Amino acid sequence: MSNLLSEATLIEEEKPTAPRRSAFRRIISDPQAVITGAILIIVSLLGPLAPLIAGHGPNDASLDAVNAPVGTPGYPLGGDQSGRDVLSRLLYSINTALESGLIGAGVAIVIGMTAGLIGGYFGARIRAIIEQVFNLIMTFPGLLLLIVLMPLTRGDHRTTMLIFGVMLSPGIYRIVRNVTIGVRNELYVDAALVSGVSTIRILGRHVMPVVIGPVIIQAAFLMGGAINVQSGLAFLGVGSAEIPSFGAMIASGFQNLYVEPFQFAWPALLLGVFTACLVLLGNALRDALEGARPKPTKVGKMLRAADAAAAGVQTEATCLLEVRNLKLAYPSPTGELNEVLSGVSFTLSEGETLGLVGESGSGKTQTAFSVLGLLPGEAVVTGGSIFFDGRDLLSLSENELRKIRGRDIAYVPQEPMSNLDPSATVGAQLVEGIRASTGAAKSEAKQRALELLERVGIPDPKRTFGQYAHEISGGMAQRVLIAGAVASRPRILIADEPTTALDVTIQAEILDLLRDLQEEMGMAIILVTHNFGVVADICSKLAVMKTGEVVEAGDVVEVFQSPQHEYTTMLLNSILDESDVRTDPPVNVTEQSNEVSR
Amino acid sequence: MTNPLLEIEDLRVTFPGKGFRAKPHEVLHGASLTIDQGEVLGLVGESGSGKTTIGRAVLGLVKPSGGTIRFRGEDITHASSARRRQLAREIQVVFQDPYSSLNPALTIGDILSEPLIIQGYTKNDARQRVKTLLDHVGLPKDAAERIPKEFSGGQRQRVAIARALAPSPKLIVCDEPVSALDLSTQALVLKLLVDIQRETGAAYLFISHDLGVVRHISHRVTVISKGDLVETGPAAQVTSEPEHPYTQRLLLAAPVADPLMQEKRRAERKRLIEAQRQQDEQAGAVA
Repeated sequence: MSNLLSEATLIEEEKPTAPRRSAFRRIISDPQAVITGAILIIVSLLGPLAPLIAGHGPNDASLDAVNAPVGTPGYPLGGDQSGRDVLSRLLYSINTALESGLIGAGVAIVIGMTAGLIGGYFGARIRAIIEQVFNLIMTFPGLLLLIVLMPLTRGDHRTTMLIFGVMLSPGIYRIVRNVTIGVRNELYVDAALVSGVSTIRILGRHVMPVVIGPVIIQAAFLMGGAINVQSGLAFLGVGSAEIPSFGAMIASGFQNLYVEPFQFAWPALLLGVFTACLVLLGNALRDALEGARPKPTKVGKMLRAADAAAAGVQTEATCLLEVRNLKLAYPSPTGELNEVLSGVSFTLSEGETLGLVGESGSGKTQTAFSVLGLLPGEAVVTGGSIFFDGRDLLSLSENELRKIRGRDIAYVPQEPMSNLDPSATVGAQLVEGIRASTGAAKSEAKQRALELLERVGIPDPKRTFGQYAHEISGGMAQRVLIAGAVASRPRILIADEPTTALDVTIQAEILDLLRDLQEEMGMAIILVTHNFGVVADICSKLAVMKTGEVVEAGDVVEVFQSPQHEYTTMLLNSILDESDVRTDPPVNVTEQSNEVSR
Repeated sequence: MTNPLLEIEDLRVTFPGKGFRAKPHEVLHGASLTIDQGEVLGLVGESGSGKTTIGRAVLGLVKPSGGTIRFRGEDITHASSARRRQLAREIQVVFQDPYSSLNPALTIGDILSEPLIIQGYTKNDARQRVKTLLDHVGLPKDAAERIPKEFSGGQRQRVAIARALAPSPKLIVCDEPVSALDLSTQALVLKLLVDIQRETGAAYLFISHDLGVVRHISHRVTVISKGDLVETGPAAQVTSEPEHPYTQRLLLAAPVADPLMQEKRRAERKRLIEAQRQQDEQAGAVA
C-alpha cells in the first residue's frame, strides 16, 4: 500500500454521539404513559384495600338496602337488587378483573414466548410442528369454548382465564417467532455462535432483549382483552354468582335500569376506564420502546433564499446544465438546519460524462437528487440555482418539473431490483414509463419497449417483457432500467451508483452499454460513484466531493495525473492498484508467537 | 509443520430448494483447498459463486452435504456443538457488514468480553484483555463503555476484528471484511488486518469479490466460479497473469483508476472476450 497513507493524516472521523436515553426515561417522560399508568396503579390498589374502605362484604345483603339510591348512609353508591353494597362490590370486582387480566395475559405470554423462541430459533421442522399446534388453537371459537367448558371450570374466573390464556397465546407466539427469526439471521448471532456461546446464552443475551419490548406492549392489550372477556362471561351469567365482577354487576344493574340507572353506570364506567387505560398505556409503551414515527415537518414546498433567484438571472446558454453554489439543508429534530450541501457548483455540456465522486456522506447523491427535483419534502434549498437549458429548475412548479423529469432528465438507480415493481411485469412497467414520457399509444409503446430491450442487450426481449423482476438477474434488471431511462431520448442521464450492486464482469458490460448509448443518442451523463475505476472508464470530467462541497473538478486525465487538492490525492492513494501485491512470505508460526501480546 | 492448518477436500454444500417439493440445489460442487499456518489464502469470486458458503462451512454455520474439512488434522466436518464451542478458541470470523455483526444493544466492552468469559476468563481479566484488544485495533480506551451506534463503519469493523482476535485464534475467516467500507477507510482496515496477521501469525481465509483487495493481502489466491474452484496459485501470478479464462475475464473487467490505462484494458477485455467466444464456438463445432 502506498506509504503516503499515514495514520496521522487519515484518522477515521468519529460519529457525533447523540445522547442515549433509556427506554424507562422515555416512558416516564411521556404524559400518556404516566397518566394512564397512575390511574391503573391507583385503581389496582383499591382492590386489595377493599376490606379497609368498604363498610360491607361484597355478598352481605340487607333488606333495607335493596335498590337503595346513591348517597344512602352506609351505602354511598347505593345498594343493588339483593341489598348488597354497590361500592363494596365495585371494589371487590377490581380484584376479580385484575386476577383475570394477569392470569390470562400471563399464561398467553409464558406459552407464546416459550414456543416463539423455540419455533423462531430452531430449524424449520420444529417450527412447522409448533405452527400447526397454534393454528389448531386458533381455530377454536374462544368465547363459545369457555361457555361450553363451564362444567369443567365450575365458573371459576381463574380457571376460565387459564384456558383463555391458552387461546390468546398464538398472538404472542407469532410476534415472538417473527422477531426471533429476524434476530437469528443477524450476523451478530452467527458471530456469537462462532465464539462458542451456548444456545441458551444466545437466547437470553441476544434474542430476549429484542423480544421483550413487543411482548410488554402486547401484554397491556392482552390484559385489557382478558378483563373484557371475563366481564362478558359474567354478564352472560357464566360464572359463580358469589364472585363480584364488573360483568355480573352490569347484568344486575341492567335489570334495574329504570329503577336505579346508576347501578348500571358505576361498573360500566370503571370497566371502561380500566380497559381504556390499558390500551392507551400499551400505545404509549409502543411509542417509547419501538420509537414513534417521526412527525413530518411541515415545510411542504421547498423553501429557498430569496437572493438566490435574483443572483442567477443571467445564464450562459453554452452549458446544458449548470449547478451554481447549491446549498441544501435538512431540519434537525431541534428545528435547526443541518447543511448537507454547502455551495456545490459544476457544469455539464452536451454529450459529456461527469463523474460525481466522493465517500459516503459527501453529498453526491443529494446533489444528483437536487437536479432531478426528487428531494424529500423536508429538504430546504438554502441557496444557489440549477440551470437546465437556461431555466432554473428550482423555480419551476412540480407540474413543470414533471415534464422535464423522465423526458429530458432521466434516472438510473443504484439498486436495480428494488426499483422494479415486483407485482408488475417488466414490460408493463416499461410501457407505462414510455407512455408517460412520450404520450405514445399502447401498441406503439410496446413496440418501442421491445426495441429498447433488444438495444440494451437483453438476449430474448419478448421473454423478458413478460417476466417479473424476481425472475431476472441483477444485471438484466439494470439493463431494463436503463432501457426505461433512455426511452424518451433524454438529454441528461443521471446514474446513481449504477453498478455498485453488480459483479465486476456485469459492471463492465453495463458501462460499455452506457458508453454505446451515449454515443448513439448524444446525451450527457452524470455518474454518481465512489469507484475511481468506474470514473476512469467512462467519465470525461469529474468533480470530487467532500462533506457537501466540490473540492476539485476538472478533466479526468488531468485530475488523475496531477490532483490539486490533498483530499483527491489521499483518495487516489488509497486505491489498491496492480503493483500492490503482498510480497512477504507466510508468517513462520511457532506455538508461542501465536498470541496477541497480553 | 507437514500438516496444513486447514484442509478442505471435495466439499459439497446443498441448500434445500425454495417452495414445496422444490429440488435442492448444490452451491458447491466439490471444492478442495488448503491453508498453511500463518498463511493468507484469498478466495475470489462473484456473487452466488459459493465463496461465502465455504467460509460458513469452515465455521460450522452450514452443514456440508459431502467432503471433509480438517483442522490441524482433525476432521471437523460434522463436529458436535460441544467440540465447536472449543474450536471457537482457534477459528474466528470477521463478517462483511459491520452494522449487523455487532449487537446494537450491547456496549463494545460487553461484545468483546462475551467470547472471553465463555473461555473461562474472570470479569477482571476480561476487562484487562478488552483494553489490550481495543488498543491493538486502534480504538480509543473509552470505546468499551460505548455502544455500536456511536461508531462509524470503519470503527465498527475494528471492533469486529478485536472480537475475532480475543481468543488468539489460529485461523480467521474474513468474509468481505472491507467491502462495505469507504475507500480511505478500507485502506486503513486492510493495513490493520495485514499488521495483525504479521504480528500474530494467524492464518486468514480471506473472502472477497475484489481482486485488488485480495492481491494486497493474500499469499496465495483461489478463484471460485459457480461453485467450482477454477484456479489456485501465488497471489502475484493469479492476480496478474491468470491462466483460467474466467480469471482472465475477471481481471480485465475490474477497472483501473487511470483513464489512459483503463482505455487499453477495455480494448484488451473486448479482444479477450471475442477470442474466448471464438474458442467456445470451435470447441462446440468439434463436439
